[in-house]
Amino acid sequence: MGAFFRNSIFAGAALTLASYEIGQIIRKKYRSALFHPLFLASVIVILILKIFQIEYEDYFRSARYISFYLTPATVCLALPLYDQLHLLKRNARAAAAGIMSGTLTSFLSVYLLARWFRLSRQEYVTLLPKSITTAIGIEISEELGGIISVTTAVILMSGIFGSLMAEFIFKICKIEDPIARGIALGTASHAVGTAKAMESGGEEGAMGSFAIVASGLVSVLLAPVFVKLF
Amino acid sequence: MKYLKQWMLILIFTLLGELLKAILPFQIPAGIYGLILMFFCLWSGILRKDQIQETAGFLLHIMPVMFIPAAAGILQAGEELRKIWVPALFAAVIVTAAVMAVSAAAAQKTSGKGE
Repeated sequence: MGAFFRNSIFAGAALTLASYEIGQIIRKKYRSALFHPLFLASVIVILILKIFQIEYEDYFRSARYISFYLTPATVCLALPLYDQLHLLKRNARAAAAGIMSGTLTSFLSVYLLARWFRLSRQEYVTLLPKSITTAIGIEISEELGGIISVTTAVILMSGIFGSLMAEFIFKICKIEDPIARGIALGTASHAVGTAKAMESGGEEGAMGSFAIVASGLVSVLLAPVFVKLF
Repeated sequence: MKYLKQWMLILIFTLLGELLKAILPFQIPAGIYGLILMFFCLWSGILRKDQIQETAGFLLHIMPVMFIPAAAGILQAGEELRKIWVPALFAAVIVTAAVMAVSAAAAQKTSGKGE
């Protein structure tokens, strides 16, 4: 099995898609934010690689054909952004305030956390892009010298925990405005949070999608500054 | 042919993004350059929505799948993650909660004032 997998061009790609399908089936059965298909799929892939003693490199040699589409897909985020231009114009001030303050809070908190735990520069950079979408987060981590796989893990966890805590946080802070909820979900928990915002309605989901892109862009500009600070 | 043409256009924007990344000195990913370019072209009317719509929609729909290979890479990160799992968990839970609260409060306070 291991030997066949190593030489196969399609095994890793097929395993990736099959794991996501299984993840979606589980998610449909147990409607819980904990069972995020992406999270489940990653666990399934890891388990299968472990059980059959397949090296990650051998898996990735095939699975990279799936990752290949990530950059074109990121480019395509321009489309929902363009679609929501009217909603954005109407809520420009709220969006700017929510996204800027959220991104600054994220960077500042990670900075304090890194100081508190006496993290190395590399570890600090690894955690810095934790609230933004994986496509941009991975790039920032890579460009600034972080550990990409750990960054990915922390980004995923931020998405899943954020979605889990959102209702509770909104209740405590008395956030009823769907525009504000969408912005907060997108800024704190990127695509995973926005998926939750989409369930609540169009406005909330639209603001979430915008917040993913905008907080990502703000982070690209701010991250080098915060690295210099350290 | 429609899908092929849409895919070609998307790839061209991606390629232009890659080109900008190679030329310009900023630490901005190629995908972001491509995104900004595509948005500008849609906004100015150079690119029509229907020239990319279906293929772009498909790519956005299947986007979560594209993260799985990288997420499974945590296998390799085991050692590094074990070293910083406490601050990593702090970052994922406490910092995320703080970001969500601050962002929501700031947005709600300013919402409506712009109208």
